[in-house]
Amino acid sequence: MSVTSAAPSAPGFRLSQLIYDTRYRSTTIQIFALFAFMLAIGWLITNAAQNLAALGKDFDFSFLWNTAGYDVNQRLIEYSSQSTHGRAAILGIINTLVLALVGCVTATVLGILAGVARLSKNWIVARLMTVYVEGFRNVPVLIWIIIVVAVVNESLPQPRAYKDVETGAFVFTNRGAYMPEPLFSRGLGDLDLGLFKVSLDFVAFLIVLGGGVYAMRLIRRWANQKQAETGVRPANVGWIEAGVIVLPLAALLIALGFHLGYPELKGFNFAGGIFIRDSFLGLWIALSLYTGAFIAENVRAGIQAISKGQTEAAFALGIRPSRTMSLVVLPQAMRVIVPPLISQYLNLTKNTSLAIAVGYMDATGTLGGITLNQTGREMETLLLLMAFYLAISLVISLVMNVYNERIKLRER
Amino acid sequence: MKHTCILGAAAVAALAAGAASAATLDDVKAAGTLKCGVTTGLAGFGAPDAAGRWEGFDIAVCRAVAAAVLGDEDKVTFVPTTGKTRFTALASGEIDMLSRVTTWTFSRDTDLGFEFVGVAYYDGQGFMVPKSLGVSSAKELDGATVCIQTGTTTELNLADYFRLNNMSYEPVPIETNAEAQQKYLAGACDVYTTDASGLAATRATFEAPKDHIILPEIISKEPLGPLVRHGDNQWGDIVRWSFNALVAAEEYGVTKANIDDQKANSANPEVRRLLGVEGGLGAMIGLDDEWAYRAIKSQGNYGEVFEEFLGTNTAIGLERGLNAQWTEGGLQYSPPFR
Ligand SMILES: N[C@@H](CCC(=O)N[C@@H](CS)C(=O)NCC(=O)O)C(=O)O
Repeated sequence: MSVTSAAPSAPGFRLSQLIYDTRYRSTTIQIFALFAFMLAIGWLITNAAQNLAALGKDFDFSFLWNTAGYDVNQRLIEYSSQSTHGRAAILGIINTLVLALVGCVTATVLGILAGVARLSKNWIVARLMTVYVEGFRNVPVLIWIIIVVAVVNESLPQPRAYKDVETGAFVFTNRGAYMPEPLFSRGLGDLDLGLFKVSLDFVAFLIVLGGGVYAMRLIRRWANQKQAETGVRPANVGWIEAGVIVLPLAALLIALGFHLGYPELKGFNFAGGIFIRDSFLGLWIALSLYTGAFIAENVRAGIQAISKGQTEAAFALGIRPSRTMSLVVLPQAMRVIVPPLISQYLNLTKNTSLAIAVGYMDATGTLGGITLNQTGREMETLLLLMAFYLAISLVISLVMNVYNERIKLRER
Repeated sequence: MKHTCILGAAAVAALAAGAASAATLDDVKAAGTLKCGVTTGLAGFGAPDAAGRWEGFDIAVCRAVAAAVLGDEDKVTFVPTTGKTRFTALASGEIDMLSRVTTWTFSRDTDLGFEFVGVAYYDGQGFMVPKSLGVSSAKELDGATVCIQTGTTTELNLADYFRLNNMSYEPVPIETNAEAQQKYLAGACDVYTTDASGLAATRATFEAPKDHIILPEIISKEPLGPLVRHGDNQWGDIVRWSFNALVAAEEYGVTKANIDDQKANSANPEVRRLLGVEGGLGAMIGLDDEWAYRAIKSQGNYGEVFEEFLGTNTAIGLERGLNAQWTEGGLQYSPPFR
């Protein structure tokens, strides 16, 4: 057979090749898809603009500089009803971030514990964890949030019930929980950064802590080196390492006059201490338990993906089961666990917007709730809100991808 | 993620789409039903009864308009709205009119693009507390936890009042009256604040209404009334004058019971014009001449509606007060029908 006859006789390019020639087809399709996509976007924008015009509304973000006029209960930065809508939005954003952060931390801890426990040889523990995982994965998180808040509201005593009752460091009321707060009688005051204030005491604490950790690592490196050279680890290094962190901190705290402030009943409510509101508590618990259940499944899958030979080898070396888990299995399992963990963090963060159901003033509650309603700027506030959620989702993805890259198996 | 963003934009655009087609009257006639935005449930003002039929003061306004326009007080689709969703519902055309204890304010009338057609109830914001709290004045509420509905004038008034009196408070924002009631009764807030009429209505549904008091301070003006979208003046006229017909009927002594007799025999030219015997007023707003007759016949006059749902013989037990006819020293006053 002559193969040469397959050579194209007329090398000219015909338009039909764009569709029938596999070399061009995918490009053609992509260009068309892009075109259709841009048309759709263009239609959406003109349509929205026309309809806004028909409603007599313009597109204008200047409301962000107008007085908000409403109060918000959880204020981590200074805010009053005389502040602007823009500041209310920032306050809401901070509330969202705080909730997402503590939620992700507790969900991870819970998820790892439950995921490991679900593989336990102890029948009861394993079954209990199955009940937890299935119970939370299969009921919408909104329902859990509402249940937790309702239980707090209905079953715990009112603040009034603590009249003439000796209360300790922690107080639980149907409006939330109070914890002791750190106070400094010779405090350094605040540093005004314009947008918000930073406690200098806190900054000093961080600096001293950071310095202590750095010194500890130097000492450890020195000790390791000594041990490598002489075969003997210098005496009491562990104590020295602990001391270099603890002693300067203790000195700082004494210098600043550190003491704890306890909650005390004053009028209608407790004053002093750190107040964790019912809405925050409910969201925190429900979101952590819910997302924790998903993470538990990821963890279980990750552990099961590690070959049994690894465990057996570790046992053969005489390593205890708990250390086998933490030193051999989990570090390898992390490679399987982290990618789905990213999406769980994203889920949790986006689920914080359910806060509105229990009156927690997150970004959806301030910017996308009261501000939207009082100013009537649906389009502007929703676009800002979308940009905000998009931004934090992207940041979380980025951070987790970087982490994932670092723990990835390096092939040599 | 890009896709979510785009879908979101689509949702927003869709929200604005379909809005404000000019001739609401034609739309209502074509649909054969009036879409009326109401509360999610506030005894006396608007709530479904045991049989699921919506009843109340605000509901009567919707029904009066339906009777005038469509000839049947039951040709209404009631759309429950919260303090937050009501304005979007009206602006987007999901509802034809809103009759939901809504305060007439400058920004709502102008910037939000609505048209208030009248004041159905002159009200003011008050505070309700459990008796056991031992509070007798709003000035004693420093540091209290206060339940408020979001998206209302209430939360703005509250902020102003506490600030001007140098008091602090802990706001608990809530979506609906039902939720607020539950939180308040559980003691998750010390105080519930909203329109005084709303407080009375809410209290009437409690198991032990006597255990709660409404404090004497009224901290704002809350003229509550029906509203429509800005820009469709004909529709605005129809809703405005359907409501005015109820008020005028009371002034001239036209009631549900005597309306047929009045229509046949009244010599008062104002009554004759109102009931469509002479004057041809209906044609001026694009309806037939019996529009007001049907509205009054189906709902009763303003005073009858008030007494049926809110008055002293009901559980809510509100006095007429500012809402008496102007001839009785109140503020209810219909412009002349001529
Ligand atoms: N009049 C105020 C407040 C009206 C309001 O929301 N009142 C509450 C309490 S009386 C209500 O009617 N709630 C019924 C519901 O939740 O649907 C306003 O227009 O902003």
